[in-house]
Amino acid sequence: MKKICLTVVGLYLLLLHAFSQSTTGDTATYKPKKLKLDEVNLVSSYYTQTGDHSAIRGGIGSEKVTDLANGLEFKFIGFDAKQRKNTLTAGIGVDHHTAASQAWISKTGASRRTDGLRLYPSLDWTRENEKKGTSFSLGAYYSNEFNYHSLGLNIGITQKTHNNGEFGFKASAYFDQVKLILPSEFEPAGAYGVGNNGEERHPDYGSSSRQTYTGSFSFSQVINTRLQGTVLLDLVEQNGYLGLPFHRVYFTDGTDSIEKLPSNRFKLPLGLRLNYFLGDRFILRSYYRYYTDSWGLHSHTAGLEVPVKITPFFSISPFYRYYTQTAVKYFAPYEQHTKTDGHFTSNYSLSAFSSSFFGTGLRIAPPKGILGGLSTMEIRYGHYTQTTDLVSDIISLNLSFK
Amino acid sequence: MYRQPGSIQRPSRIPILRLAAVLILATMAACTPVKEYQKNRINDSEMGLSNRKVEKNELNFQSYREGSSGANGGKTGGGCGCN
Repeated sequence: MKKICLTVVGLYLLLLHAFSQSTTGDTATYKPKKLKLDEVNLVSSYYTQTGDHSAIRGGIGSEKVTDLANGLEFKFIGFDAKQRKNTLTAGIGVDHHTAASQAWISKTGASRRTDGLRLYPSLDWTRENEKKGTSFSLGAYYSNEFNYHSLGLNIGITQKTHNNGEFGFKASAYFDQVKLILPSEFEPAGAYGVGNNGEERHPDYGSSSRQTYTGSFSFSQVINTRLQGTVLLDLVEQNGYLGLPFHRVYFTDGTDSIEKLPSNRFKLPLGLRLNYFLGDRFILRSYYRYYTDSWGLHSHTAGLEVPVKITPFFSISPFYRYYTQTAVKYFAPYEQHTKTDGHFTSNYSLSAFSSSFFGTGLRIAPPKGILGGLSTMEIRYGHYTQTTDLVSDIISLNLSFK
Repeated sequence: MYRQPGSIQRPSRIPILRLAAVLILATMAACTPVKEYQKNRINDSEMGLSNRKVEKNELNFQSYREGSSGANGGKTGGGCGCN
């Protein structure tokens, strides 16, 4: 009897074992999922600026600018037969700007073109292998405006570590073309004007190229249950025509020329980001960057943003960013350069200054969405001041649909 | 060594790369094991280490109004910033 009982138990265990083996067909029968629209993002911004150091007039004159930017992004997600996640993101952006200083491409301030449109489509594809903790990505970007074209390509990889960390590397290349629009005094007499039919007449512009190559390294790490950080390092090499042809420089004798900058620039920024969840309602988002380059510019950037969770789905995020930089070796203000200088510019973005940027953001993301398909809404306003007297304001809106 | 006026002096990469290595090692050494079920705060949408989408145009204007850019996960080249 004892033998029979043991035999029955043994058969039962064998049966269980056999059935447990027969249920492991998940991966063999896994069906790929086609790319499906997962998220749509609309980002709109309105930017306005005033200042009195226009580079077009050699470091004097109005820098009044307005810019309305709209970007639409479609994100598709699918899985292939090996259960790898594929994400395809297609974006299109349109900016319209007005710039008072553009009128001064003509010596008399009579240029008719004081506004412009920029169109910039982009496409990114990422394949993520969650089992291996790896990802591979490819991207392309194009930007077109009246005097400037830019084509960008990038390739990237990431690798997760066993301890909640992730290494990333991305190589990017940008190939730009600058239309050589010179200040009117450097064009032949009568090159600018109005034609018989009222159309604007201008010279046949040539163009010059500019290339940018970047290697971006990143390492991010979850440090504990409330703290995570990332270290970012870029190596950037730029070659070609790195100035702008309509930026004037006035010499000590009152005569002028167009800005002349070296045809090579190497940039080395190192950034650190640390985010900490304080208590149940506060998040501290901090950022620091040190930057140095081959033109002699060094800068420090420090920023802190504190999202306060009023409810789990509604937060207010005040922020402050401080920035300071030294001037490049080739900068001097209006009528300070001498003709013996090898390179010269009076572009105040390359001068020594510090700036402050502060404002606040609102974020609403209820679990059931807002008005049907809208899942997240963010509004953000920022006020920016430079010690060069440049002042600007920007208001941005992000609507995310799922 | 004589250096021609206006010639390019490349910044030394070594101290910056060393600093990056030290930061990475310090970060790795400081971390404690965190299980998936302990990540409710880390996974909060506002704890993300990348820039928010709503910041995109802010980063754009800063890169044109200031002499430095990069190391923020954003674009590192391309574009004019002519105005």
